Amino acid sequence: MHLCLRAGGGAVNIGVEIAGVGMHAFGRFDGLTVTQLGVAAVKQALADAGVPRGGFQAAFCGTVYSGVAAGHKVLTALGMSGAPIVNVEAGCASGGAALGLGVEAIRSGRCDTVLVFGIEKMPKGIIRSSFFEPWREEAGLAVTPAYFALRAQRLMRDSDVTREQLAAVSVKNHANGVANPYAMFRKPLTLAQVLDSPVVCEPLTLYMLCSPNEGAAAVVLRRTKGAAAGRVVVRAAALRSHLPGSVLGEHTPMSGLLDDDLPSPTELAARAAYEDAGIGPEDLQVVEVQDTDAGRELLSCEELGLCAKGGAGRLVAERRSEMGGPLPVNPSGGLLSKGEPLGASALGQIVELYWQLRGEAGARQVPGARLALGHTVGRGANASVVLLEGR
Amino acid sequence: MQTVPVTAGLFTLGAAASLLAASCVACARWHFPASPDCPYCSADGCETRAVSGGATLWLYTGVRNRPPGYAGEVPFGFGVVELAEGLRIVTRLTEADPAALRAGMAMRFVVAPLHVDSEGRQVCTYAFAPGEAP
Repeated sequence: MHLCLRAGGGAVNIGVEIAGVGMHAFGRFDGLTVTQLGVAAVKQALADAGVPRGGFQAAFCGTVYSGVAAGHKVLTALGMSGAPIVNVEAGCASGGAALGLGVEAIRSGRCDTVLVFGIEKMPKGIIRSSFFEPWREEAGLAVTPAYFALRAQRLMRDSDVTREQLAAVSVKNHANGVANPYAMFRKPLTLAQVLDSPVVCEPLTLYMLCSPNEGAAAVVLRRTKGAAAGRVVVRAAALRSHLPGSVLGEHTPMSGLLDDDLPSPTELAARAAYEDAGIGPEDLQVVEVQDTDAGRELLSCEELGLCAKGGAGRLVAERRSEMGGPLPVNPSGGLLSKGEPLGASALGQIVELYWQLRGEAGARQVPGARLALGHTVGRGANASVVLLEGR
Repeated sequence: MQTVPVTAGLFTLGAAASLLAASCVACARWHFPASPDCPYCSADGCETRAVSGGATLWLYTGVRNRPPGYAGEVPFGFGVVELAEGLRIVTRLTEADPAALRAGMAMRFVVAPLHVDSEGRQVCTYAFAPGEAP
């Protein structure tokens, strides 16, 4: 991760690969603590990578709601403490931020192997956040889905997106999620079911919104040595926050300016990541994007350059992002199907993309996937864009 | 019944009730809620002033389910209005039915009741209602 914008560009091989991954399913697990979820994912990732106890020189844990020293508790339970453990909170992008720090720790030469994991156990219902002052909750100005609804309305207006097309995004992701054993919702939905589900905030219905839930994901990063086939290399891991001025966005301010030309945090992170890797959106074969709601997925596609600005309606109409289309988006089922455990969601994408790039994604496999993008954006605002290459 | 604002500094009460925002002495841009520090250009010394109260509706939705931490009535309207000062403000709308609203319609600042607190006071907040400002 680069903490400042770099001049110039060109292909940079940052020499970090994913050595192994682990995942605890996303869902509701009443009998398990967040520490236990993390232990399961971390053990699996270390075993997958063949990394023994003491085999990593730093650990970064993404989480938002898990309280004090949550990552320490996971590694303490496993008897694997001693190395630096850093807990990272960057909203929905926490896992992406943790991954970026892990990549940087290796690139700096300080570490050969780094453990990165994300854990979460969300309260049920509308996400309540200490981000909002109490008076904003009291006045009804802290309703997260209402902010999503305003953004969706703007997208419908600016990009000729219909209500049916918003529903189609949810239908697509739920169809993809049927094949994902790590997803919370594994039933297909029809367009009518999505449109007829209860309205939460116009234009968004219940099935157009993801459910906060629980889960964990872990990734072992390692300095790339040699040129063996079958490895997955991190080409870029960028994190950006918002620029001042816009009123709509995951930074949810109370006011903003009449200025629509400001790049969003996702656009900033995407620009940095593409520049670091020396590739563009046209080079990608598989993508996982933030789909907190159906509108967010379409806006993410525009911001990442997967379609033109204002082209989200056409993207859906031409079915370009469906499985079998030219660039499948969220083959895992996305957050709409998996649910959203904030700190784990970004690394859940990375785990999915690792499997995709190794041809190990089973019924969800995107054939011939070689370059992949993972994107998360959330409270702060924070946006992370990760580019992976399978070799 | 005594009327109190949901928090201090957002608006004034009484016959000449008005919404308060701040204008930056360096870049002349407005922000809300008012703070001495400019959230756009980082200058300090922003001046708090009453805004005209006239606005047009930009984005809108309705909140149907009672959100956590909220003590007022549901449903209620929620949206973004554009002030003549070049400022977009996140606000409650007095109209809870989105079908009764349309983008670009004239809106005006009002003080809206929220709930009665444990001391028997009427807690109120700023909101925007359809119609021209007086």
